[in-house]
Amino acid sequence: MLILQCPYCGIQCDETELAPGGQAHLKRHGPGSSDEDFEAYLFDRDNPMGVHFERWRHANGCGKWFLAARCTTTLEVFGTYSAQTTEPPAEIADRIRARRPNWEGRT
Amino acid sequence: MSDAMTALNGASMQGPVAAVREAALQGMVLLRGDLADETLAAVVKDLTGCDLPGQREMVQAGNTAVAWMSPDELLLLVPYEEAGTTVASLSQALEGVYHLAVDVSDARALFRISGEGAREVLARLCPVDLSPAAFGPGEMRRSRLAQVPAAFWIDETGTISLVCFRSVAGYAFGALSAAAESGPVNFL
Repeated sequence: MLILQCPYCGIQCDETELAPGGQAHLKRHGPGSSDEDFEAYLFDRDNPMGVHFERWRHANGCGKWFLAARCTTTLEVFGTYSAQTTEPPAEIADRIRARRPNWEGRT
Repeated sequence: MSDAMTALNGASMQGPVAAVREAALQGMVLLRGDLADETLAAVVKDLTGCDLPGQREMVQAGNTAVAWMSPDELLLLVPYEEAGTTVASLSQALEGVYHLAVDVSDARALFRISGEGAREVLARLCPVDLSPAAFGPGEMRRSRLAQVPAAFWIDETGTISLVCFRSVAGYAFGALSAAAESGPVNFL
């Protein structure tokens, strides 16, 4: 069972209270972009064993989107943060490095 | 004009340790806006007599209450007959300030779960820590009731009030009744 803290209401949300939104920090390639970029934006997704960044929505609560950093193998949660960011905040990255010294950062 | 009715016409059931009943008509006004805005806080205080609630809080003053629903949303509980005038007053007082005020009284259903097993009834349906240490009066909690969204609070007497969408009132009452049918487990 995955438990994430909603950064907006501070509730420790059970997974069933949330709606998943897939991979976080995607860069949108829209009109005018190359076919390769657009295809990658639509279909290319990471599927790591380890540190992963995801979008979640507190669907049965405040209704806000937020981002979460977690480990896909152990379900360890490194932290949740605002969706209005293009990169994980430094404190989240530090926490991940403290727990996963071999983590190479977001690729 | 036709009479206003609650969703289930006041349905009720009595279990061994808790009772579930649909409450009478309750005025509910949804207010969205920037909660940090001083004008908005002053208008809410003026209309309801309540200060703006902090995160997940609920403030009560007489027969009105204001509950925090999300970082930009409040729920104003007022007497049913006053919901319309409350919306009108809000719209008038907040002219020029970004906001959205809607009378949602007839779009919601309200249940009361009373008795010493009230917390247990809800704990069987919601992924929420309902122990007295974690959840007490003055908090508005939005969560999931079995398969539908709901919001609830508890008063000093231990009675839980639960709000859900009117369209799922039958489902919510069924789920609450089923949970209230068996005896206590005393795990809370």
